[in-house]
Amino acid sequence: MSIEVRHVSKRFGDFVALDDVSVSIPTGQLTALLGPSGGGKSTLLRVVAGLEQADSGTVEIEGVDATHLRPQERNVGFVFQHYAAFKHLTVARNIAFGLEVRRRPKAEVRRRVQELLELVHLEQFADRLPSQLSGGQRQRMALARALAVEPRVLLLDEPFGALDAKVRKELRDWLRRLHEEVHVTTVFVTHDQEEALEVADEIVVIDAGRVRQVGTPDELYDSPADDFVMRFLGPVTQLGGDLVRPHDIELHTSPVEGATAGTISRLVRVGFEVRIDVTTADQVVLVTATRPQVQALGVEVGTPVWVRPVAGAATVPAAGPAPDDDLVTA
Amino acid sequence: MTAAALDGAGPATSARRPRHPGGLTPASGLGLGVALVWFSLLVLLPLAAVAATTAEGGWGGFWRAVTNEQTAAAIRLTVTQALLVTAVDVVMGTLVAWVLVRDSFPGKRLLELLIDIPFALPTIVAGLVLLSLYGPDGPLGVDVTNRRPAVFLALLFVTTPFVVRTVQPVLAELDPEAEEAAASLGAGRLTIFRRIVLPAITPAIAAGAALAFARGMGEYGSLVLLSGNLPFRTEVASVRILASIESDDLPAAASVATVLLVVSLAVIAAIDLLQRRMVRRG
Repeated sequence: MSIEVRHVSKRFGDFVALDDVSVSIPTGQLTALLGPSGGGKSTLLRVVAGLEQADSGTVEIEGVDATHLRPQERNVGFVFQHYAAFKHLTVARNIAFGLEVRRRPKAEVRRRVQELLELVHLEQFADRLPSQLSGGQRQRMALARALAVEPRVLLLDEPFGALDAKVRKELRDWLRRLHEEVHVTTVFVTHDQEEALEVADEIVVIDAGRVRQVGTPDELYDSPADDFVMRFLGPVTQLGGDLVRPHDIELHTSPVEGATAGTISRLVRVGFEVRIDVTTADQVVLVTATRPQVQALGVEVGTPVWVRPVAGAATVPAAGPAPDDDLVTA
Repeated sequence: MTAAALDGAGPATSARRPRHPGGLTPASGLGLGVALVWFSLLVLLPLAAVAATTAEGGWGGFWRAVTNEQTAAAIRLTVTQALLVTAVDVVMGTLVAWVLVRDSFPGKRLLELLIDIPFALPTIVAGLVLLSLYGPDGPLGVDVTNRRPAVFLALLFVTTPFVVRTVQPVLAELDPEAEEAAASLGAGRLTIFRRIVLPAITPAIAAGAALAFARGMGEYGSLVLLSGNLPFRTEVASVRILASIESDDLPAAASVATVLLVVSLAVIAAIDLLQRRMVRRG
C-alpha cells in the first residue's frame, strides 16, 4: 500500500470534516476520492499532503510515518483546483521551481523541464506567463510542476473543477493516458461520479466525513454498499422498498412473476433513450428503455404494465428520503 | 497521446478587444482628453510655473541658490533623511501589513484604526504630539529637540501608513494555494516568502515607498516644532524654501523646489526600476 490512512479525524470548529477515516491507497494506481461537496474528501487529501494537520490518527506514505512531517518533507506532488500558478514566473520556471529549491544542477534542471514540457505538450509555451495560458494549459503546467520533483504520490484536488465541460473531458482522458506513462500513485478528488467511474482504478466514496465504500468502479456500480453510494453513482428509482437503476427495470404488458402492476403516466423520448413514468398503487417508478424496446412493446401513456427488476440488477433497500436529483450533480 | 486531443484544451485565446482603426474610440478619446486637461491644470501648469520662476534667475542664479552652503546642507539632510525613513518604512510597513493580514489577535481592529492616524492628523498637530513625546518634558526622558533624530522621527511618524496601506490589500488578495504549492514542492518558509510572496507584493511596496519618500522630501509641519530648524544641522529644504520666500527671493525658493522635484522624480523612477527587476527575477 502506498498511502495508509489510519483513524484520521479532523474538525474545523464544530464542523466534523473527517470522522475516524481509515483507507489504504494502492501503489501505482489511480484512485478517486468521490463524494458530495463538503463531505471531507479534499480535507483528507490535504491531510495526506500535510497541508492540514489531523486532530488524531496517522498517515503513512510508502511505509514512512508522515503524520508529523511538514509538507516540504513528504515529497508529494499536489495539484490545486485553481492551478495555484506562480504568476510572476514563466511556465518553464514554474515547472523548475521544485528542482531549484532542491538545488539541482542547472543543466539537469533545464533538461528535466524540457522533458516535462514535452510530456504535458507545452513546449511552445515555455516562456509564457501563466496568465497567457488557457485554464487547461495552466492545469497541465501545474501537473508538470508537481511531477518535476518525482513525487512518491501525486495528489490532485478537483483538478478539472474549474474547467468547462469539453476541456474537462479531454483532460480526463489525457490524465488517464499520462498515468499509464508515468505510473506514479495518483489520488484525485472529484464530486463528479462520471469522472471517477471513467478514470479511476479504484474509488473511495466519502460522505459526511466517513468512508462509505471502497472498490473498483464496477464493484461500486454493481454492488453498492448502501443507498447513499447507489444514489451517488448513478440514476436511481424506487420500486417497492428497494432502490434500483431505471435501466435495470423490465417492462411487461402482461402479469409476470414478482412484478408490480401500474399504468404508464408519462413517456418522454430523450435522444436514444425513452423515459417512462409508471404509476403503481403507491409510487411513481422511473423506467428507462431504448426506443426499439418501447416500439416492440407497443406501449403508450395509459397502457397498463407490470414492472420488475431484471435478473441480477443491483438493488439496495431504500432508506431515507426519495432520490434527490441534486445529489448527483452537487 | 495525440496532439489533436490537446488542441481542444485550447491555445490561450487572446481576449483582446478589437482595436479601433484610428487607435481610439470616440469615448476613450474624450476620456483621454479630459484626463490630460485635468492633469495639465493640476500638475503640469504649477510645475511649469516653478520651472519658469527658477529660470527668471537664470542658470547662474539657480546655481548660486542651490550651492549656497546652507541650502545645500538642507537639501542633503532632506534627501538622506527621506531615504533613510523610506528604507525603514519598507521593512516595518511590510511587517505590520503582514501581521495585520496573516495573524489574528485581540486589538487588531484598533491597530487597523491607529495606523491611519498619521494620515488623519494635521501635520502641525503631529508636530505638537511629537514635541510633547520627544521634547524636553517628554515622558520617555528622550529629548531630541534641535537634533537630527528629530527630523528622522517626525518623518517616520508621518510616513508610517504608506507602505502598510499599499501592501495590506495586495497581501490579503494573495492566493494562499500558491504558497501551499511551493511548500509541497519543498520550499521552506523563507524561500516561499522570498520567491513567491515578495515578488507579488513588491509593486505595492514600491508604490508605498515612493509615496513615503515623496512625503518625506516635502514634509514641513510635523518637524518644524521638534527640529528647531538649525542651519547646517536640522534645517530641511522646505524650511529653506519658506525662508527664501520670506526674504523675497522667489527664484531661489523655486530653485530649491526644482531640485527637490528632480530628486523625487529620479528616486521614484529608480524605485520603479528596482521593483521591475525584483519581480522579473522571482
